[in-house]
Amino acid sequence: MANTALQADPSHDDAGHHDDHEHHENLAHHFDTYEQQFDAGKLGIWVFLVTEVLFFGGLFCAYALYRNLRPDVFAGSSEFLNTKLGAINTGVLLFSSLTMAWGVRCAQLRQHKMLAGMLAATLSCAAIFLGVKAIEYSHKWSMGLLPAGLYTYDPANPHPAGGPNYLLWICAPFAIGLLFVVGWLIIAKIKKDEFKVRVLMPLTVVFACFFVGVQLGTILESGGEGEHAAGDDHHVVAGADGHAEHGDDHAEGRADEHLEDLDQPNNLAIEKADLAGLEVLAQDQSNPGARDTLEALKRQEAVASGSVLQGDQRPVESPTEKRVTATPKQAGVFFSIYYCMTGVHAIHILAGMGVMIWLLVRATRAEFNENYFGPIDYVGLYWHLVDLIWIYLFPLLYLIGK
Amino acid sequence: MSDHSDHGFAHPQSITTLLTVFAALVFLTIVTVVQASFHLGNWEIWIALFIASLKAALVLYFFMHLGHEKPFNILVFFSTLFFLALFLGGTLSDRNAYRNQLEPDIDEPYRSEAPAEAAETAAAME
Repeated sequence: MANTALQADPSHDDAGHHDDHEHHENLAHHFDTYEQQFDAGKLGIWVFLVTEVLFFGGLFCAYALYRNLRPDVFAGSSEFLNTKLGAINTGVLLFSSLTMAWGVRCAQLRQHKMLAGMLAATLSCAAIFLGVKAIEYSHKWSMGLLPAGLYTYDPANPHPAGGPNYLLWICAPFAIGLLFVVGWLIIAKIKKDEFKVRVLMPLTVVFACFFVGVQLGTILESGGEGEHAAGDDHHVVAGADGHAEHGDDHAEGRADEHLEDLDQPNNLAIEKADLAGLEVLAQDQSNPGARDTLEALKRQEAVASGSVLQGDQRPVESPTEKRVTATPKQAGVFFSIYYCMTGVHAIHILAGMGVMIWLLVRATRAEFNENYFGPIDYVGLYWHLVDLIWIYLFPLLYLIGK
Repeated sequence: MSDHSDHGFAHPQSITTLLTVFAALVFLTIVTVVQASFHLGNWEIWIALFIASLKAALVLYFFMHLGHEKPFNILVFFSTLFFLALFLGGTLSDRNAYRNQLEPDIDEPYRSEAPAEAAETAAAME
């Protein structure tokens, strides 16, 4: 089939003679030339990248809207993200972009061994990135810094004991992967399967690199821990105080301020004294009226404190603007957006790793040359785009209000 | 740099270019981290976005070799920027129209330690 296609193109015939086998090897029969095949693939990957950009655009839109609505909540919540880890991960991703671009060069110059090395380096960087991310995620989950609805962070007790070991759960698939690859490598070595050994050696390094990332994250997280954890609470309190002083009614999503509010509702103290008599009356079983009154008053108090809106009650004026509430939802919304954006990005990293393992196998087979380097180039473009998205995510999420 | 006659349609990039671009990207990352430590108020986000866009341009031009790309592919990519701008611009410019609906009117009490109170108010709401 490839032959007929080639013969249809006379210019190809002379080229086809001296190097027959290799020439036909990777040229699909519906393409006339390698260049045509390459250009078609290139257009395809660009169209895919366009959809990716628009897809992430939706997430960036949600980010922009909610940051615009609650700038203070975003600045405050961003304090919980460790800039050091984010910066390290940015560097790691940039380096992986470098090795990927270098890999394309190697493919074009038939440097097969170096290409395999570059792919392995890119994969290792991706694994380190995920390892650091595992530390970041597990640290936040254990603190209850979760998406809206699950958010349970309590500043009085930022590190509650007894939660599941999230890090263990994230690491488990990678540990299983590492064991699997090492096992396979040993079997391949025993069977003297040269090719498999050459593929599995770099893969072992890649899986091990995940744990290097975990280690790196642990060191950086604990290195900054004393200062960070202490700093955390200070920042938060300072932030809350600052807002109170400025009469800022965009209350933060921090519970600090609120704990105090609830414990000492000053404005209601006088009324409370008046209620003492009513409470005594209400204790009498035969006085349901007093009890109802008391309950109603308590409910009213909750509503008046702004923490609850009842049934069909509409808040006065612009509800989200004027209402003085700091529910976990507000900080939770930041973390919803944070997990959504970084999570979807991490899924793209995982997908990229999967495709690159396939490329590593093909590179080990020395399949790429100056006529056929498309797959490397396309995956490279995808990888650079993933890097590009992180370039925007890093300052937008980690560097607010530092 | 690239040798067209030897490699056909392949344009291998020089190692110097790649390393220089990488160094520039790392430098800009450091700049953006340092910049964040100054409190520049409203300017902060625009400076951060500007630096990020510089980095994005470097990645696009050199690593993604948009410079040597076919004009049509460049058009395809810039079309995404156009549609992204249209989408973000449209959605963000009329944000005041739906700003109130971004957060629920009725919210949970923020204290999780007071389940009794929460239940009480939940009952009251029904």
